[in-house]
Amino acid sequence: MTTYLDSASGEPLHPAARAVLEQALDAGYADPRRLHGPARNARIMLDNARAATAEALGVRPDEVTFTASGTQAVHLGLLGLLAGQARRGRRLLTSAVEHSAVLHAARWHHAQGGSHDELPVDAFGRVSPDTVAQALGRSDERAVVAIQSANHEVGTLQPLGEIAAVSGEHPLFVDAGASAGRLPLPPGWSAAAASAHKWGGPGGVGLLLVRKGARWRHPFVADDVDQFPIEGESVPLALAAAAALQAVVAERDELNRRQFALVDRLRAGVAAIPDTEVVGDPVDRLPHLVTFSFLYVDGESIVGELDRRGFAVASGSACTASTLEPSHVLAAMGALTHGNLRVSLGRDTTEDDVDRLVAALPEVVGKIRQDAGL
Amino acid sequence: MSDPEIGLELDCRGMLCPRPIIELAKHLTDVAVGDQIAVVTEDIAAGVDVPAWCRMRDQEYVGADNAEDGVPRYRVRRLS
Repeated sequence: MTTYLDSASGEPLHPAARAVLEQALDAGYADPRRLHGPARNARIMLDNARAATAEALGVRPDEVTFTASGTQAVHLGLLGLLAGQARRGRRLLTSAVEHSAVLHAARWHHAQGGSHDELPVDAFGRVSPDTVAQALGRSDERAVVAIQSANHEVGTLQPLGEIAAVSGEHPLFVDAGASAGRLPLPPGWSAAAASAHKWGGPGGVGLLLVRKGARWRHPFVADDVDQFPIEGESVPLALAAAAALQAVVAERDELNRRQFALVDRLRAGVAAIPDTEVVGDPVDRLPHLVTFSFLYVDGESIVGELDRRGFAVASGSACTASTLEPSHVLAAMGALTHGNLRVSLGRDTTEDDVDRLVAALPEVVGKIRQDAGL
Repeated sequence: MSDPEIGLELDCRGMLCPRPIIELAKHLTDVAVGDQIAVVTEDIAAGVDVPAWCRMRDQEYVGADNAEDGVPRYRVRRLS
């Protein structure tokens, strides 16, 4: 049986979501924007999903919109803030370690004539509030600042409270995909985005949050549409995502404690392997995720060998990416980009799972190094 | 261009990561302590991984320039 250690790519469906999803598939099929009985049922379910999500996140229900994916939520949230500021300025500042969904949106903004600056990070992958303040101070133009809540590859938390403080009037976009559900939403955002399958909801549900009163405008439709013409969300999937989120938030104090300790155990065990780098902040980090880089090892070999031994893990190394480009996150941190292994724990991961991985790795890494002639 | 400061230049053109770093590790001891060894490769990961290797293995990363054909060359000074 496979030991699944890639929850940061997609968490298995939470049991609380499964029951809700099965019922919602039967009752929530209609278009919630129509005026007949089945449509009203779907509308009630969608409103419930929005209310439950808002309560779990501590936001207003009218700040919650469901999208078809996390990527779509990122694109709408970030580009919508830029569209809302367009008369005041077209600057965009992001960290260099944002998810590629953010960086792709930034490139699109740049291609449309806007500006985009990537802010450097330290060796833990953290962007400093001073760096943000200095970058903002270089121009009088209004900017949008886009900083993730936590890094999706190495787990480091970003200091968003301080970044929001130095950003002042400049609106903040927060990609909360890596932390949503697991940790409270950081403060200070004008728009934020997340993806349900990273907290145990079904795939195909993104979450877009737009703060009441924020200058946000749909980036892809005509100017006279000022509401949220984002349609096409799946009502059953949205309701299941909300149920999973509620369950995850209710469980997280206990689960985070357990996962944090398991990751500490993993970090200590793997650090004993020679020529290994444990990447990311050891303390101020996501509870469930850690990245290692093994010198002289290629990512594809280590993922393949661990898969044969029953472990499902991810790698951000170039050798595993279709582009052959190294991970922009690791590169920005100055961390070794090859031999990269990202381990992210699920809610059912046990100490035994971690110990078996720690026991398997020296042999797997040693064999790959030996095959390389070292 | 040949550079008298470089004791050994490794031709890692066409190699993918982490092969250039493996070659660097294998051939470090071919130069004397204090001398330079260089890796020539188009692999863009080397721009990050050669300095990272130096940090992890306690060697000195001297910097990057280009070989005669324009391919990036990463220079390392052997410290131990």
